This record gives sequence, structure tokens and C-alpha cells, in this order.
Amino acid sequence: MLTEEKIKELEIKANNIRQSIIEMLVEAKSGHTAGPLGMTDIFTLFYFHILKHNPQNPFWEGRDRLVLSNGHICPVLYATMAHSGYFPIEELKTLRKFGTRLQGHPHREYLPFVENSSGPLGEGLSQAIGMALADRMDKKDRSRFIYCFMSDGELDEGNSWEAIMFAGKNRLGNLIAIVDRNNIQIDGFTEHIMPLEPLADKWRAFNWHVIEVAGHDFKALNEAIEEAQKVFEKPTVIIAHTVPGKGVKEFERDYKWHGKAPSKEEGEMALKELKDTGARL
Amino acid sequence: MLNPKLKLNPKIFNSDVEQIPIRKGFGQGLLLAGEIDKNVVALCADLTESTQMHFFSEKFPKRFIEMGVAEQNLVTVASGMAAMGKIPFCSSYAVFSPGRNWEQIRTTIAYNDRPVKIVGSHAGISVGPDGGTHQALEDIALMRVLPNVDVISPCDSIEAKKATLALAKTGKPAYLRLAREKTPIITTEETPFEIGKAQTYWMPDVGLAQVGIIVTGSLAYRAIFAAKELEAEGIKTKVINLSSIAPIDAEAITILAKETKAIVTVEEHQIKGGMGSAVAEVLAQNYPAPMEFIGIKNLFGQSGTPDELIEHYKMGVKDIKEAVKKVLTRKL
Repeated sequence: MLTEEKIKELEIKANNIRQSIIEMLVEAKSGHTAGPLGMTDIFTLFYFHILKHNPQNPFWEGRDRLVLSNGHICPVLYATMAHSGYFPIEELKTLRKFGTRLQGHPHREYLPFVENSSGPLGEGLSQAIGMALADRMDKKDRSRFIYCFMSDGELDEGNSWEAIMFAGKNRLGNLIAIVDRNNIQIDGFTEHIMPLEPLADKWRAFNWHVIEVAGHDFKALNEAIEEAQKVFEKPTVIIAHTVPGKGVKEFERDYKWHGKAPSKEEGEMALKELKDTGARL
Repeated sequence: MLNPKLKLNPKIFNSDVEQIPIRKGFGQGLLLAGEIDKNVVALCADLTESTQMHFFSEKFPKRFIEMGVAEQNLVTVASGMAAMGKIPFCSSYAVFSPGRNWEQIRTTIAYNDRPVKIVGSHAGISVGPDGGTHQALEDIALMRVLPNVDVISPCDSIEAKKATLALAKTGKPAYLRLAREKTPIITTEETPFEIGKAQTYWMPDVGLAQVGIIVTGSLAYRAIFAAKELEAEGIKTKVINLSSIAPIDAEAITILAKETKAIVTVEEHQIKGGMGSAVAEVLAQNYPAPMEFIGIKNLFGQSGTPDELIEHYKMGVKDIKEAVKKVLTRKL
């Protein structure tokens, strides 16, 4: 049940996580800004409302599995995990530095709490499918869900479509994919680089249940996930329409922020804006 | 003489020596591994009978997954299954897996440390009539360069069966290289097999060997044959079967080089980056010795019978003998 109070709580949490993302990127002096800010609301909703997990017992066997496919948005993964209690928030400052657990792209050997190492695109959905398939073999497919967070840009990869075709064939009802439909990739807008539309129709044609949702509306997102959980006869994809760089007006909808970190001055500007927003919540 | 301790096939030199494809040993081993451990699962990219997974798929249909012609998805789905405690074996032809999906193997299996077993069938020139596109001559190089991956290239179907059973128990990523053609049976059920251990299959009746021959895969039979003929000509050799290319038995290789001070490597693979290169890496650091390499010399293959191709690309008994004689002249 997602009450108004809970939504308010999530909004405050997401604002704090966005501030952590800016701080860690400024400190790291490199990394990705647009994707992490755009996916913060979805990560927040999952880690603080949807996911069956236990930060005090991260290897709990019964947990849901969350596979992050586009590993380059890991600042939001790390920040959300830290805010949920997996490790100290202070550790976020070590992002991308020598000896850190918070590698530039997630590596399970360094941070075993993540379900998969990632970075190279188009590989996460397949791994999530393998998990969902194994759970079905072991008759655990009704007791938990396998989630995959992926980007729209990585749908350029052939591996993604091999995976989409396979999951449709196998009617993996315990699998829920969330596509971060932010319309940007490194070289520009997705529809200029390699058009994906009609995206929903494509997934539907591969025998998926498709839901389109506003990616910053907690209530709508939560309803979409509840609907996806009820669809047993096929896998569900939630195409979440997000704003890249969400929360900082200067960064929003500008593909140039895909792969760079804010300077110290840009970071201060962003933090001020986020703190002002936070004060109004 | 054949190493009496290893209980090798006593009929190896008979003209009617039993011949079985190496890949069949994998199929039988996988079935046994599946009976031993219910977590063993099999995934195939539309080549189930060809890669001999049908023994498993017929016995355990619910643990067999047909992936279609999609090698990238083949190994990445396997990675996800391994994350949930499964022991996946994924098979295709070696040119496609690990050929086409190498980065997926690197990231989601080797780097991600998931115990997936990549099974590359139809490796080597002896694939024959299908021609160059289907003859994997680069797969040992592709896989042995990856950290955290065992690379095994069995010499016959019995060793392939043992290797499959052993790999099911390691808890780590692996590559198993298989040949398509019927291959003479060299070993017996009693012959020892251990990942990371080389075995001396042929040795002089008395005294020290003058040349060490190190072989991997289906050419082991020809290497032993060459050694026997060389003995009749008065040249003493030792033949080591290096089926475990990674981890590599550096100790056995170094001891052989100290004894012989001259080494010939034999493999159905590009000379560049293959098993011979792995041996050279060991020797250069531990006990440098002159080497000759039997293998593919920077070329692609073509159609033909396996025997025609092995002779054409100079990997036959005659060629191994010539390499031994040449390296003898280069001894320091």
C-alpha cells in the first residue's frame, strides 16, 4: 500500500539520493550524470517499497533479484544501496577511486551485494532471464520476482532482442523488465541514432505484456509494478518515461550529460537546486 | 613405450583401434553429471544432437533449454542460471561460442565469476567438409587469455567424459574444446585425469628422452604414433598429453624441458596464441629451450576430409617427426 505519507517519504529520500549522486560524481571527477538522476525515483521506489530484500542480511536467499543491465548508471545504484543501509553513505565518496568497492562499473568481486557485474550493454536482461528460468525449475517462481533495469539505448544491441524473444517464448511471468525510456544515448537522441519506436509494439510483438508509465510518478509506477506482478502468463516490460538529469534543470533532457560528471561549480549549483527542492518537500 | 602406469589403450597401435568422436564422450559425461547433480542444466543453440546434448535432453527434458540460434543469449542466460545455483553447460560450435559471444563470456561469466561451462564442439581443422567458416582455430587463444577460466582440450572421448564430470564439480567457469570427427581411443576408464595435471603418455624404454613432445586434443594419437616410429629410428622422445591448458602444469613442462632441452608442441589450432604459445610462456620464464610448433600457420582452413586437411596443413605423423628432427639440430 503506497500511502500519501509514504510517497512524501519517498520524495524526500529520492531528493537525498540525488544529492549523494551529485556529491559522489563531483568527487570522482568522472562518471555518468543524466541516467542516475533520471532513474533515482525508480530506484528509490524499489529499494524502499517494492523489493523483498534485507540490507542487514544482503545474501538472504529468499530476496528478490534486481539485475542492473546498464551498469554505467551505478552511481544511483550505489547511492540507493548506501541510503538503504548496505554500506556507509560516506563510502560513496570513494566512487571510481583506486581500491574502492564502488568500481566505475559494478563488479561483484569488489561489491558482492550487487547481483551481477555489468557495464557492457545488452547483457542484463539475459541474466535476469536465466535467474527467472532457474526459479521456475526450482518452483520458486511464485515466491519472488526477478527485476531487470535496463536503458533504452542498449536496445540497439542484438543480444537484447535475443533475450526478449527467448523470454516471450518461455512465458516467464516472474520476470519484470523496466526500460529507462529517457530518449538519450551518448551520441544524441535515440530516435536520431537508431530509432526504437514503436517501442511498445515491438515488445508486444515478442509476446510481452507492456505497460507505459510516467517514470517520476511514484503512484503510477507502483500501480504499474503491481499490475506486472499480477501477469503470470507472460513477462512484463514497464517502459518508464523518464527525464534524463531529472531534478537539476541545467542537466535535464540534454544528452551531453549522459557521460560526464559535474565540475565543482556545476555540482554546487546542482546541490543548491536540489536542497531548495528538498526544503519545499 | 606407452606409460605403463597410466593404463592406456593396449590396442592403440592396432589398425582396427576403436574410434569414437571426442564430442560423444562429452555427451555421455554430461548425462552422468546430470544424474550425479540435479543442479546440472544444459543449454544449446540449435545443435543439440550435433553437440551430443541429446543424451541429456532425452533423460532430463526439464533441465534442458533450447536457445535457438542465439549464442550471445546462450551464455548470458547460463550466467543468470548459475547465479541461482545451477551448473550450466552451454554448447554450440566453437566458432560461434566462444567465437561470436566472447565478450559476453568475459563479462557475465569470467569477470562475474559464474560457474558456466562453455562447450565448443567442432573445433580444429578436422571438422572437414564444412570448410573454413566452421573450423575453429582460434578458440584456445580466446579462452586461455581470460582470467578465472579453466581450458580443457581432451585427447579422446573417454578423457572428454572424465573432463566433463570433473568440470561439473569445480564451481568455476570453464571452456571444454571438442572435435567432431571419430578419434582413436588412447585412454581407458582407468587412465587418470585431473584438471591442471599433464600426463606422460609415451616414454623411452630406458634412459632419457632427447625431445619432449607436448600435445593437446585429437592429435595426441598422431603424436604417439610419431614417437613410436622415431623410437624405431633411434630417437627417444617423451609425449605429454596437455589436455589441461589452463591451469597449465608448469612443473611437468619444465621438468620435461630440463630432461630433453628440446620441445615440439602439437595442436589443431593457430600456432599464434594456442597451447604451444602457453608452453613457450612457461619455458621462457623457467627453462628456455628450442621449440618447434605443429599447428595452423596463420591461415584459414578449407573443405576436405580430416586426413587430407591434417596432411595439407602439416600436422600429420610425418610432420611431427620432421619437427622432432629439426628441434634436435637446434639443441643448445
